[in-house]
Amino acid sequence: MSELAITGFSASYGSFRAVADVGLTIAARAVTAFIGPSGCGKSTLLRSINRLHETVPGATVSGTVTLGGEDLYGRAVDPVEVRRRVGMVFQRPNPFPGLSIRDNVLAGVKLRRHRLAKAAADNLVEVSLRAANLWDEVKDRLGKSGTSLSGGQQQRLCIARAIAVEPAVLLMDEPCSALDPLSTLAIEDLMASLRQDYTVVIVTHNMQQAARISDATAFFSTDGPRQPGRLIEYGPTTTIFSRPAEQATADYIAGRFG
Amino acid sequence: MSLTTDRLEMGPVAGSASAHSGTALADPSAPLSGVPYAGLPDPGLPAPRPRIGLATRRSRRDRLAELAAQKTAAGAGWAIVVILAGVLVFLLVQGWPALAAGADDLPAHASDFWTLAGPLAFGSLWASALALSLAAPIAIAVALAITQYAPRRLRTALGGAIDLLAAVPSVVYGLWGLMTVAPLLARVYPWLTAHLGWLPFFAGQPSASGRTILTAAIILALMVVPIMAAVCREVFVRAPASSAEAAYALGATRWETIRLAVLPFARSGIISGAMLGLGRALGETMAVAMVLSPTPFLVTFHLVESSNPNTVAAFIAQTFPEAHGLETSALIALGLILFALTFAVNAAARRVAARAAGK
Repeated sequence: MSELAITGFSASYGSFRAVADVGLTIAARAVTAFIGPSGCGKSTLLRSINRLHETVPGATVSGTVTLGGEDLYGRAVDPVEVRRRVGMVFQRPNPFPGLSIRDNVLAGVKLRRHRLAKAAADNLVEVSLRAANLWDEVKDRLGKSGTSLSGGQQQRLCIARAIAVEPAVLLMDEPCSALDPLSTLAIEDLMASLRQDYTVVIVTHNMQQAARISDATAFFSTDGPRQPGRLIEYGPTTTIFSRPAEQATADYIAGRFG
Repeated sequence: MSLTTDRLEMGPVAGSASAHSGTALADPSAPLSGVPYAGLPDPGLPAPRPRIGLATRRSRRDRLAELAAQKTAAGAGWAIVVILAGVLVFLLVQGWPALAAGADDLPAHASDFWTLAGPLAFGSLWASALALSLAAPIAIAVALAITQYAPRRLRTALGGAIDLLAAVPSVVYGLWGLMTVAPLLARVYPWLTAHLGWLPFFAGQPSASGRTILTAAIILALMVVPIMAAVCREVFVRAPASSAEAAYALGATRWETIRLAVLPFARSGIISGAMLGLGRALGETMAVAMVLSPTPFLVTFHLVESSNPNTVAAFIAQTFPEAHGLETSALIALGLILFALTFAVNAAARRVAARAAGK
């Protein structure tokens, strides 16, 4: 349905190839984790799934990414449309400056439908903030600036903003790396519930986190600096963490490099 | 991992610190102001003081440099205040007699000072407001074009071209406005009165020479655009990339990204830029004096007629060469009015910008 299939995929920045020849199929309504050492191309691959990679000057891709059978890089496909169906949460919380909590949640929706009845908007704000486990903390100050919240709350606001447009896929690029342990716990709990409705792909440096929250894990690595990242091993998280097939995976998980 | 490296790095640092204070620590009997390299010839510099850990005083040179920097900065700050006060006192003392002067002594045979000053102050504000409302959208668009739309290679060249506009002397703008722009606009103004005459701004008999307040405002706008565009460019460039990515990731187009992530961030900067431009427009003398064909004591919102209000700065420049006695006083008092106007505009701008930044 909203299954993601990546085949023969490479991504470059100018002449530097960051990801080479990756192929994997990401199941719908599950959490898939991308792990691997820094520079292994996992973030680049993630940013290719919503075509954000190409907003960097000089960036190019080859290969295909399909969502529910539809080629996201097809000739007639508008990248703006792709991004509306594939939401993203970033490493650092990035609510829009000068917008209230409410307007931040509605920002994506307002891009699509300029007229939104107040009752419908109110309802959407509440549903999205509840889904992001933030409603109870902010329901009395929806008019306050989004940047007035704590880091963990801002990140949940960004999740609410991403899911308010009801994407099929939710990409998360190290969503907890700038957060304290309590906020991290809040986001991890949230991901467990998001799995029921969304195809979630998360890049993380935290292997315990990958083990806790993901159903499938893809391990990426490179042969060295300035070498392209490759997919080393991909499978159910329990298998990857208990009986990895590749020595590199076992070494990485055991903390022997990376 | 970080813990171990921290400790590893601590080693040499601690070692080097003790090496510095080695003389004093290793040999407590060594004189405090001893020469450490006794075997070398004295180069004639003051002997370095031995360092005793954190309690070491900074060297005399460091302290002198610190003091010099502090005093120079403070001196420059005070100099501004003194100069400002000096200008104010000069304007007050020299201009004061004109406030009580009558028709025989004032320029343009004004019945009293305020009859003279009022319309001129209006002219200055009106021309500047017109110029700013023409310049602001252009400046913002230019800055957006350069920072957001232009190909990377073109950005520097385009930015340089805009900066060059700011370097054109105002007398050149004046000449160009008088000889090229005004005659050109004189052909447009009849069309404006014919088609937009129902708007009070364009009512009346269009000027044949084109030397109207609107022409002056257009020339002023050209002078304001580069200043404002430069400020806008600075703030647009500094808009956080993370917000722009957030907008793109939500499916925003380029323009929607600018609206969501760039303009809100830049709001206070845009206002500051506009006020800098307004300051320039208020004080601009030469271009207005050359382009505008003024009528004394006139207050009107009509833009394209042959009779136009004059501005304070242009009036002073035009009248000063032949002024004497109380007339000179009156011109200086007009300078005071302009000073106060500019000051008020700046103060208002600061307040608006601070409010926009605080939001």
